This record gives sequence, structure tokens and C-alpha cells, in this order.
Amino acid sequence: MFDSLTTKLGDVFDKLTRRGALREDDVNTAMREVRVALLEADVALPVVKDFVAQVKERALGQEVLRSVTPGQQVIKIVNDALVDTLGREAVPINLAAEPPAVILMVGLQGSGKTTTSAKIGYMLQGRERKKVMLASLDTRRPAAQEQLRVLGEQADVPTLPIVEGEQPVAIAKRALKSARSEGFDVLILDTAGRLHIDQELMDEVAEVSKVATPVETLLVADAMTGQDAVTIAKEFNDKLGVTGVVLTRVDGDARGGAALSMRAVTGRPIKLMGMGEKFDALEPFHPDRIASRILGMGDVVSLVEKAAENFEQDEAEKLAKKLQKGRFDFEDMLTQLRQMKKMGGLGGLMNLLPGIGKMKKQLAAANVDESMLNRQEAIILSMTRRERANPQIIHASRKKRIAAGSGTSVQEINKLIKQWQEMNKVMKRMKKMGGKFDPSQLPPELRAQLEQMDGGAPGAGLPNMPGGLPGGLPGLPKGFKS
Amino acid sequence: MALFRRQTAESADNKADQPEQPRSWIARLSAGLGKTSSKLTDGIGSIFGGAKRRIDDDLLEELEEVLITADLGPATAARLVAELAKRRFDAEMDDQQIREEFARDIADILAPVAQPLLADPAQRPYVVLVVGVNGSGKTTTIGKLAHNFREEGRQVTLCAGDTFRAAAIDQLKIWAERTGAAIEAREPGADASGLAFDALAAARDRGDEILLIDTAGRLQNRTELMEELAKIVRVLRKQDETAPHSVLLVLDATVGQNAHSQVEAFRDMAEVTGLVVTKLDGTARGGVVVSLAERFGLPVHAVGVGESAEDLKPFDAQEFARSLMGLA
Ligand SMILES: Nc1nc2c(ncn2[C@@H]2O[C@H](COP(=O)(O)OP(=O)(O)OP(=O)(O)O)[C@@H](O)[C@H]2O)c(=O)[nH]1
Ligand SMILES: Nc1nc2c(ncn2[C@@H]2O[C@H](COP(=O)(O)OP(=O)(O)O)[C@@H](O)[C@H]2O)c(=O)[nH]1
Ligand SMILES: [Mg+2]
Ligand SMILES: [Mg+2]
Repeated sequence: MFDSLTTKLGDVFDKLTRRGALREDDVNTAMREVRVALLEADVALPVVKDFVAQVKERALGQEVLRSVTPGQQVIKIVNDALVDTLGREAVPINLAAEPPAVILMVGLQGSGKTTTSAKIGYMLQGRERKKVMLASLDTRRPAAQEQLRVLGEQADVPTLPIVEGEQPVAIAKRALKSARSEGFDVLILDTAGRLHIDQELMDEVAEVSKVATPVETLLVADAMTGQDAVTIAKEFNDKLGVTGVVLTRVDGDARGGAALSMRAVTGRPIKLMGMGEKFDALEPFHPDRIASRILGMGDVVSLVEKAAENFEQDEAEKLAKKLQKGRFDFEDMLTQLRQMKKMGGLGGLMNLLPGIGKMKKQLAAANVDESMLNRQEAIILSMTRRERANPQIIHASRKKRIAAGSGTSVQEINKLIKQWQEMNKVMKRMKKMGGKFDPSQLPPELRAQLEQMDGGAPGAGLPNMPGGLPGGLPGLPKGFKS
Repeated sequence: MALFRRQTAESADNKADQPEQPRSWIARLSAGLGKTSSKLTDGIGSIFGGAKRRIDDDLLEELEEVLITADLGPATAARLVAELAKRRFDAEMDDQQIREEFARDIADILAPVAQPLLADPAQRPYVVLVVGVNGSGKTTTIGKLAHNFREEGRQVTLCAGDTFRAAAIDQLKIWAERTGAAIEAREPGADASGLAFDALAAARDRGDEILLIDTAGRLQNRTELMEELAKIVRVLRKQDETAPHSVLLVLDATVGQNAHSQVEAFRDMAEVTGLVVTKLDGTARGGVVVSLAERFGLPVHAVGVGESAEDLKPFDAQEFARSLMGLA
């Protein structure tokens, strides 16, 4: 029902890109679409209005009209404005305080405070070598203190022993005392979820804050929060002086407009994002990544990382070496097809890839689904080792044999070979660029090539599909970063 | 019986220091937000200021924005306003009248989906599977349902099907104690579908009337986790091909347009038969329910208005619509 923001902006900017000069009319049309798209992405209305006004102002400026490609310029302006709002850099947790540095976790019911407490504890203890204690002040939700205790045990982070019937402020005092006397660097206070309009509970947490003088008060909010994000952010910030936001469930498929809203309302950085339920699924917030995801350039970095995660280490390294040499054969493609299936197949990858919204539709139109991956796998499996390593030797008679062996057609095999060729071209170019894969940094002609992947008639963009971008990415980080 | 506790947020003056104002427009925005309330009530009130006003384009745009801030979504908001415009353009209406008009439109959309959860006594046990994303309120809703059924004097078993999240089993056990329901549970990490199968057998043996099955929260884009739900359904059917008799999707009212993706995925994988909307005691209005009703037509059985056992109310179309519009 709702087109993705990616698709929407893609369509709008497509139109703009094709025009020679940018007129006020064009910008207005684009901005209307941007407005709707942002609203569908759950960015709060007041934030949307201001954002759109600001972008429009910039877009109508001299710089745009003088530039050679106004469409591109507008994309850049929207992107920059998004990144500006989200904050240019990842801001780390502040621990600059007399130990124990107290981190107070606050937020609505079910937003992810307890899980995030354990995650932050695990992160600080592991990466920063801090001595961390967790303490639950949640005396309301059944078994909440037990939940934190179990999470602490799983992540190997000490928790304050539970005293039945003790009240939140008293728990905070006891936690401070024992953290101090036992030489802890950091004390993380998990609290009960509360509604910002619940006076009694807001007073209680304010009291805890007074007693504990936290160096960080982190508002934990769900990435799928709707328009209420502004109210939540404003109220918690007014009453408790929030120092940062943690966005949870970024592993979901929510567009995450709440990130923009909360950042704009509080002026405080989004410091971390929750990427799953396990205690290690926490990442620094990357404004540029989220902005580029919103803008339809796809969250390429995340994709690369996700791929790397799912990719067996040695395979990744082997592949990386080949890629560095600019060589890539069917054996590699096979590995990739299988990795892709593991990563949740096309569906899972779709949302992460550049300009994918449109491609998704084309795929649907062209009837492409998981079965395509299976067919391609079958084709490669019907090749001999020598053919896989040297695709150039696959001529007519070999093609016929492979087609028969895999239950496919010669056409399909041609398609796959074409795909392999395209891919190698991209690989070579990436290698020339020093391996850094950021579509916005790509030279225009290469970008055009990538864009062509989701342009044209249904099917036209397909040859590059699995063997193209998605397949090309696994293994990149290791080989290319060095 | 009031469906919603009405509480007004007296937003304290923002005197807190604002050390970081990275871009000037953010500063402007933050200042502006002090005045902008996300609440529909205030929104419409401020548009009209009490007096009669001619319905023109400007006003319609303002009205549309008011609906958007209640999470009705830009498409539904635009359509509702367009319909109003068709009927009433150029008319003069006051604050109260326009709210009434809108509330009627919305209630019309919601009326067909306002259906209570009726546990058919012919099914013994009547099996209810409760699903949803993480933290939406599944376990609490089960506690509340158990409370209601127990009040009616019915025998209830809870099944601690969330074997994944830390202390989820303990949480449900406490609800069983509170409500006097029986509980079927296994150790953490146990297979949820196997547990559900055994729980159904046990509830049957005891001749219990209701079986409420809790599940671990899961995000709808995690295919393998969604498969697990499908498996629970399959396994239950081995014993009783009519089970589960209800599959409730629990939605947090704070959610925005992502609710659409949730309903779609859970419906496809777990055969959802109805919705429960929780946390309506906050400032979120849950307006997305309106477009969900139009698109999916799934019954909305109940709403959660607090954390206690008594805080589950039947979903009432008119009350919900009037509440959206800030009418008592
Ligand atoms: N204010 C309010 N809080 C609610 C409501 N329903 C549930 N909660 C709270 O929301 C939090 C999460 O509720 P749970 O019932 O544990 O949610 P769940 O869906 O089982 O969560 P997971 O099992 O962790 O996925 C708890 O703190 C509940 O007390 C409601 O209607 N109003
Ligand atoms: N998928 C996912 N689930 C999360 C994340 N953070 C928390 N959760 C889950 O959300 C639910 C509620 O989290 P919890 O920490 O208990 O929330 P609290 O009520 O705010 O303390 C649990 O099921 C968690 O496993 C996240 O980043 N991703
Ligand atoms: Mg908690
Ligand atoms: Mg639960």
C-alpha cells in the first residue's frame, strides 16, 4: 500500500534528473512528494514541515540553478539536510564523571530499556574495558528485575542483587553505594517503562535522577514509533534532561522516521541503535547510513556488514583476494548465491540496496522470486570445475549440456554469463576506486550504470541481479578496507 | 464506562538548558514545537478558536494535518478530508460540529471491525494464540484476558510460549498466580511448538475452557521467526483441526505506519483473526487503526488502557473515533 520512501524519492528525483533546468514548479512537486514520503516514514509532521521548507529554500538557491545537474543537486541537498538533522557523526556514550559514571535508562513501556541496558553494559565492559554494574529499578513489570539479572548473566555483566520489595529510589541508592565501594567504573540503572504523562512515575524517576546524578540519561525509543515521537521526546527531555537517544529495533523494516523527529525535538544525539535481541546487537548510530537508506541510496554499509556477518570467514577472505585482483568466477558466484539465501534471500536484501524500491516492483512484474536463485544455483552446479573457474570457455555445446543438466535453457545460461561479465566490470572499477563502496561517491558514469540496474523495462535491470550488486558485496569489507 | 482515561499533558516550560543546537532550523523547530501539540484535540481547537469558520482550502489542509498527527497516515487523512470537502465545502461550521462530522466518518469505518472476542464454549478448550512484535504488550494482554475470563468463572490455562526472552516465563507465571489460571511451561530455550502441543493436551485433559498461548515477540521481517509461528499453528491443528480459534495480533498504539507491515506479515504467517491495541492510556491515539480497518478489515477486539489486569476494554468504534477527535 505504501511505497517505500526510497521508491517515492526515487520517482521524484528521476523526474528532476531528466529535466535540464530546475524550475520552481519542479521543486514544489518534488517537495510535495518528499513531504508525503517522510510522513509515511513516520517523521513527525512539525519536523516534516520544517525540513521541507528548509530543503526547498536551499534547492531554489543559486547553487542549484548554476549547477550542471540540478536533479543531482537536489538529491544532495535533501541528503545533507537529513544528515544535518540526524547529526553528522556518531556520538559515543559519555563516561566523563567521577566513577561510578551513572547511565540512567528511561522510556515508554516495552521500548527496549532492559535489553539495551544489558547491551550497553556488555559493550562498555568488552570494548572499553570498564567495570560495569547493572541494576534494575523496575518494580512494576512482573519479573523485570529477574529479566535484567538473567541478561547480565548471559552477557557476563554483574547485576545488583535483588532485594524483594525495595523501592526504586532506595534501589538506586544501594546500587550507587555498592558500585562505589566495589570500585565499578559504570553503573547502569534500568527503570520501569512509564508514560510521559504519568505524573507520579515521572516524579519518581526524576527523584532517582536527583539521587543518582547520571552523566547520561538515555531515552530508549522504538524505531517504529509514529507521530507521538515528538511528544515522547519533548516530555522526557523537559522532565529529565535527556542526554541521548537509543533507537531500538532498527533491525526491523520500519522506516525509522522517529529518528529524525526525536533528534530534531531534543537536539540530542541519537547515540546507539539496537539491531536485534541479543546482547551484542548494538551499534553506534550512523546518521549517514540512515539518511542514505531514507534517500534510496540503500544502506550499503549495513548490507556489507550484514553480509560479512553471515559469510564464513575463510570464504570471505578468499573472495576478497580474488576481488582485489579484479577476478571473480562462477565458483564465487555460487558462494554468493548461497550466502544470499542464508541472508534471507531477495526479500531481506531488498530493503538494504540502492534504488531497490523500484527493482522490487520490477521483480514482481517479471515474476522473479527465490526460485530464480535456485535456478541459478542449479546452473552453476551443472558446470564443471574448469568451467566455473574459466567462464570464458563456456561455448555453445557446453551451454547445451549445462542447460540439460540443470533443467534450464541456454538463454538463462547466457543471461547468467552476461551477469558475470557485468559484475567483473563493476569489480574492476571498484578496485580502481580503492575499493571504497559508496554510491554517492561513484563517478557519474559508474553511478549511471548502477542506476540502470533499476531502470528500463521490466527485466532490463535484472541481468545484474544476484550476480550484480548484492552478490558483489559479501567479502568486500575485509579485502577492500586494508 | 469510559474507554479511555483522559489525561492532559501539562508540558512544563522548556527551561532546560539546550546546549546543543546544531543547525539553526532545528533551533527554530524546537522553539516552534513548544506551541505545536501533537494532540488532535488541541489541534482542532486551535484551528477554530471556537468560532465558526468557512471551510476552504486552507482550513482543509489544517484539518488534514491534524489527522496526520494522530497517525492516520497521509493517504487516509487526505481522503477523509477530501470527502468532507465534497460534502461541506463553503459551509460554515464551528469546532464542535466539525469534530462531530469527522468522528462520524471515522466511526463508520470502524464500526464493522468492532467485534468483541467471544470464546465459543463449544470449543473446549477455546485456543487463543497471541502474537506480535517485541514489547507490544502480548504477555500483559494475556494476563488481562485471563483476568476477564476468570471473572466470568471460566477455567483458564496459560501457555508460556515465549521460551526465548529472559524471564518471560516468570513474567507469565506471575500473571497466572494473579488471575488464578493454570500454567504450562518448560525451561527457557525449549521448543515453543512442542510446548504449545503439550499445553493443549493438558488443558484438554483437565477440561479447561480457555487456553491462552503466549509467544516470543518477533519482528515481522524475520522470516525464520515468522515460520515458527506457522509451525505452532500447524502443530496445534494436529490435535484439534479447528485450533487456534483466535489468533490475536497485539499492536502498540504508539506505532506509526509500520503497523501495516506488521498486520500483513502476521496475517500471512500466523493467520491472525483479530487485533488488540495496547497503551492507549498514553498520548498516542492509535489512528493507524483506521487505515488498518479499511485495508484488512480484521476485527479489533479490545484496547489496553493500563498495566493492570482490569485495564482491557472492549473496542468501541464510536468511542474510539470520538476519542481520536477529542470528543468526550
Ligand atoms: N501503559 C500501558 N502499558 C502497557 C499496556 N500493555 C502492556 N503494557 C506494558 O508494556 C510493557 C511490555 O508489555 P509485555 O506484555 O511484556 O509485552 P510483550 O509483547 O509480551 O513483550 P515481549 O514478550 O518482550 O515481546 C510492560 O511494561 C507492560 O506493563 C497498556 O495498555 N498500557
Ligand atoms: N528485534 C529487536 N528486539 C529488541 C531490541 N531491543 C529490545 N528488543 C526486544 O523488545 C522487547 C522489550 O524489550 P525490553 O528490554 O524488555 O523493554 P523494556 O520494557 O523497555 O525494558 C523484548 O522482547 C526485547 O527482546 C532490538 O533492538 N531489536
Ligand atoms: Mg524493562
Ligand atoms: Mg511477552
